[in-house]
Parts: sequence; C-alpha cells; structure tokens
Amino acid sequence: MKRRTFLKGTVASGMLSVAASAGLLTPRRVLAAWPETAFTAKSIDDALDTLLGDTTLATSGDIKIKAPEIAENGAVVPITISTGMAAESISVLIAKNPSPLACSFALGGSTLGFVSTRVKMGETSDLIAVVKSGGKLYSAKKTVKVTIGGCGG
Amino acid sequence: MNISRREFLQMLAVASATGISLPGQAVAKKQAAEKKLYDLPAFGNVSLLHFTDCHAQLMPIWFREPDINIGIAGMKGKAPHLVGKHFLARYGINPNTPQAHAFTYLNFVEAAKQYGKVGGFAHLATLIKHIRSQRPESLLLDGGDTWQGSATSLWTNGQDMVDATKLLGVDAMTGHWEFTYGADRVKEIIEKDLNGHMDFLAQNIIDNQWEEDVFKSYVIKEINGVPTAIIGQAFPYTPIANPRYMIPDWNFGIRDDKMQKTVDAARTDGAQVVVLLSHNGMDVDLKMASRVRGIDAIMGGHTHDAVPEPVEVKNVGGITLVINSGSNGKFLSVLDFDVRKGKVQGYRYSLLPIFSNLLEPDATMAAHITNVRKPFKAKLEEKLGVADELLYRRGNFNGSFDQLILDALIDAQDADIAFSPGFRWGVSVLPGEPITFEHVMTQTAITYPTVTLNQITGENIKLILEDVADNLFNTDPYYQQGGDMVRVGGLKFSIDPTKTIGHRITDMEVNDKPLKASKKYRVAGWASVEPNREGRPAWDVVADYIRKQDTVKVNKLNIPNIKGIKNNPGLD
Repeated sequence: MKRRTFLKGTVASGMLSVAASAGLLTPRRVLAAWPETAFTAKSIDDALDTLLGDTTLATSGDIKIKAPEIAENGAVVPITISTGMAAESISVLIAKNPSPLACSFALGGSTLGFVSTRVKMGETSDLIAVVKSGGKLYSAKKTVKVTIGGCGG
Repeated sequence: MNISRREFLQMLAVASATGISLPGQAVAKKQAAEKKLYDLPAFGNVSLLHFTDCHAQLMPIWFREPDINIGIAGMKGKAPHLVGKHFLARYGINPNTPQAHAFTYLNFVEAAKQYGKVGGFAHLATLIKHIRSQRPESLLLDGGDTWQGSATSLWTNGQDMVDATKLLGVDAMTGHWEFTYGADRVKEIIEKDLNGHMDFLAQNIIDNQWEEDVFKSYVIKEINGVPTAIIGQAFPYTPIANPRYMIPDWNFGIRDDKMQKTVDAARTDGAQVVVLLSHNGMDVDLKMASRVRGIDAIMGGHTHDAVPEPVEVKNVGGITLVINSGSNGKFLSVLDFDVRKGKVQGYRYSLLPIFSNLLEPDATMAAHITNVRKPFKAKLEEKLGVADELLYRRGNFNGSFDQLILDALIDAQDADIAFSPGFRWGVSVLPGEPITFEHVMTQTAITYPTVTLNQITGENIKLILEDVADNLFNTDPYYQQGGDMVRVGGLKFSIDPTKTIGHRITDMEVNDKPLKASKKYRVAGWASVEPNREGRPAWDVVADYIRKQDTVKVNKLNIPNIKGIKNNPGLD
C-alpha cells in the first residue's frame, strides 16, 4: 500500500485497505479531494489543522495502537488502529517524519473503528493515532523504535 | 582440588575400609553433600524440565557468569540484575560453595579448578534420565539457541544438535539463532527430523504477506491425565538482531495481544496448566507476565540469566511464575506443579547446576558426541596458543575473550577502532590452558562471520554506540534486544546507562585524542547483518592472531567509564 493513503467511503475500512493494497482501487479514484497540503505539512499541528480543522487533541484510552515496539524494517511498519468510538476518521501521524501525516481514513462515523496499514518511518518516533468522533479529536501514541540492529544475544 | 566421581567413590571405599581419616575426607564429605544436589523427590503431578541457550555446547565447558549486569529503573536490584555477592545475599547462597561457583563469577578460576567443568550433553542426559525416572510423564522443553554456538553445529548445519536433542527426548522447543541457518533449513529440520519427535513452537512469527502463523503456536500434552499447554515464543527481535535476509518472509515481534488470544484458546481447548516456553529474555518475560493473564509459568531464556528461584508476577488473572534457566548447558530447571480440581494448587522449583564430575556420562549420548566430532577432531583440537589469563565473554561490557577478538581485528585490519557484537554466548578458558580452534569457534561460530573494515565518521560512531546502548538500557524492557553492549576496541568512552538515547555516551577518545565528529575512522568489525559482505571469517582472523604468539597477551580490558550508577547490585 502507498505510504500516504487517503480513502473516503462507508465500506469497512479493513476491506478497503485490502482492496487498495491489491491495486483494485487507486487513491485518486476514491478521493473526493486530495488534501495535498495536509500530507506535505511539516508539523503535526499544520497537518491536523489542514486536514481536520482542529489541533486540540484529547488523550483517549479507547484508541488501541498495534505496532511493533522495534520496527523490523522502517520502510514498512505494519500498524493497526482500533477504537470503540464512532469514528468519523482515523489518522496516523509519525512525529519525526519530515511530513508527519502518514495516512487518514474517512469512515463516515457508522463503521467499525478499525484500520490496518503500513507506514514508513525514517527514525525512532512517536506514532500518533488521531480519531475524530462527535466533531472532536482524540489521540493515543506509541513509540516505535527504528534501530540499526545487529548486536542481539 | 579436582576430584572425579570415581576417585571420590574410591576414596570413600578406602576410607571406610581402613577407618583412617584421610586428609581428603572433608572434601569427600563435601562432595557427597553436593551429590544430594540431584536428589529431587517428585512432587505434584505435572512436571516440566527445561534447559535453554545451550549454544550447542555438547562437551563440558567452563563458563564464567557476569560481574556486570546493570538493571536500571524498575529493574534495578531485581532478578536477573544481581551479580557476585549481591546475588549470593539475595538467594542465601554461602560463598565458596558449588552453588556460589555455578551462579556467580566470584573466585572463578580457583573454584573452577576445585569443582571442575560444567554442562556437557552426556552429563545432562544422565541427569535428565535420573529426574525423569521419578517423573515418568514429565515434559522436556528446550528454549532455543540450541543449534548454534559451536564448530560442529556450524559445520553440520545444526544437525549434530538436532540429533542430540532428539536423543535427549526434547518434547518441544522454540528458537532464535536457529533462524540464522535460514528459513529453508529451519523448515527442512522441522519436516524431516523433528516431525513425530518434538514440536517447534512460535506464536509470534507470522508471514508478512498474509499474516498467517508460520509455526504451531502451542501444543497440549496430557501429563498424568492433566491437559498441559506449552506455548512457544521465539526471540521477538530476530530479524533486527540477526540478518533479516535469512528469514525475509517472516515477521516476529512480541505480540502481547496474540499471546493473550493463544492462552485463551489453549484454556478453551481444555488446558488446565499453561506454560510459556519463551525466548523473550527475562526482563521482557517479567513485563509480559504482568500483562497477559492465564499463564502458570514462563520458562524463559535468551538473556542467559540463571536465577535460582521463580519470580512470582501478579496480573489480573492471578500469578505467573517467571523462570530463566541460564545458558551453555550449565543448568537444568525442574518445575513440579500440584494440579487438582482443574488448576495449579502449588509448585516446587529447582535450578540444578550440571557439575560434570558428579554425573556419569550417558553412554548413548557420549557415543553420538564422539561420532559427531570424529571427522573434525584434528581441527577442533588444534592448539593455537596459551592463555596467560582467564578468557571469558559474559558481562554488560568487554570480556577478556572479546578484548582478544578486538585486538585481533585491529591488528589484521590496521584499524583505529574495532567493534564486536555483545553476544552472551562463548565459553571461558582458564589461565595456562591451551586455546584451541574449538574455543575460538565457541566465540565466533555464526553463519555471517565476515570481518569487515569501514570508514565511519565520529558522528556515526557515536550513533552506533547510542543505538546499541539503548537496546540494552532502555527503561522499557519491550524496547530491549537482550544482548550486551557492543564490544569496543581502540575507543575509550564513558557511559551513563540512566540517560536516554543520544545522551548516554560521552568522553569518546581515540589514541588519547577526542573523537572528531566529522573525521572518518577505520573501523573493523564482524557479524554484519547486511548481505554479501566479502572477507575472511572472524575465526580465521582470531586464530591467526593467536598463532603468532606463544602466550597470548590480552590488552587491558576496554571497559567504559560507567557513570550515573551507584549502589547498584548489578555491579559488584
């Protein structure tokens, strides 16, 4: 799957991400509008403001990030974000990437809050998941380490 | 004094026949007490035997435990981060006893001469038969790092160890260094050799395309009518610590969530006892035990910690015992559960040191070992030189055998600096003993042994040291990789383990001059995880270096200046 994926739809997002990775959908075809400025923004706040119109994040215990503690390959880090909230969108930001916004899924608020994808990470960084629910932004984060490796056990 | 079992029995016979008090009698009595070490009456109804990280040491060996094993943050002063006298005090072990020798580095050379070598598969086999004779339905678990670590294991692609563990009667295993023979070889062994004999278990390895299990996650065996689940957990960071190209299609990782699902599935399948056979490393085991419910015991390895008592970890499901069983064939864990009314009611545990002199070698295993060594005998036994001091590896920073390797790398590559990985395996050599080619292989026998020379800037040298230090001293065990600090030659530095990444390494000097960030240095190394490196294998470079000298002089141990650590029981 492409690093920056912006998919809009009401289909279960897990399905969508499989469809996209199989090349059945190209992002441009499913896009209502490609928010290029959000994906090229150099800061988290700029990206969030452009994409979601808000930068205030409330920490939530109801967002679960499944990601490796140490990435096996920074170029393809498999992640899964899930939430029990009625999610209008789920976005993922990598704090230390040159352009932090990695992907955003518009879910329409009536689908299962579950997305799974792969992101690229240049260096050890916090991975921030942002869920938009009821017009507000909620977030959780997890550190994913990108290491040179080679000296274990 | 070094008394073999036979000599000891002869002495007893002579002493009792003559009624004369022999000068050696005190020692003989002491050794009789030592033999009681192995009198372990059966308890309960579900017994599990466990050894781990033997690193293919078929023969009895010397192995010095660490004198530096620093625990920081929540790990400070807790098992396994205890060394020397702190270790003895914590576990109530008297100094100058066989146990003190087995579990600590104290007085190592003298004690080694007194108590003799440790481990050896023929001796381990005898002990296992003895313990199992009282526990006929017990299971024998192998925690992995079994197929790698010796010359014969490397030269037979792990076959000598596969055959040895089958003879030993291993019921289930998991892995780490096993994977460095490559995915195809691992699969081949499982299909051709292990099939029908033992299960290779790893719940945390999935293929990276479909995210399906590559190996069986768990197996349920009935022990005296009690369904007992064994779950496998391979070393989570194999593709990072070792070459990823050898297992390109597999993802590893810790996978707590999947572990919980696996435990739940095993319970649903009727398991009344759930045991995790883990290669996490002990700090990771302890954290996992606090987060996953429903595991009765974690029998772990990887970090080579020999811990005499289980750590009882509380979690929402109750208590999980965390056990780690040492390394290099030195120890056998025996865990007895009393299971009634569908659950564990009590337990007994012993970590038995294997003193080779106290155990008659098992004839079948001894024959296998002789057979394995026969074609390689001359090469294995080649005397390269004599050690003028104790050679050992284990510890957070350079051991003397590492120093010797670093000296050899700098000499051979005309380098400013040398790096050698912080492996925790590798046997010890006593002062005055010949260093054989086999000894060198116990330090270097890997499938990616190439010696390299790179031009690296001072800035990147610091980055490398910081990166490895964070793998060792991160305050969260899930971000640790379980090796020791990279061994460094030619470069002096200070380290503060309590700081964060980027801030631990300071005062770097090469040839008494500060390391310059922009300057490129000649850095020798080996065991690169990148594919297709060209050059000589490390064992040849090290062997040549030793051959050049009659008595091997090792340069002063390049231990960094350790800052920020006070009153830490991981440092004597």
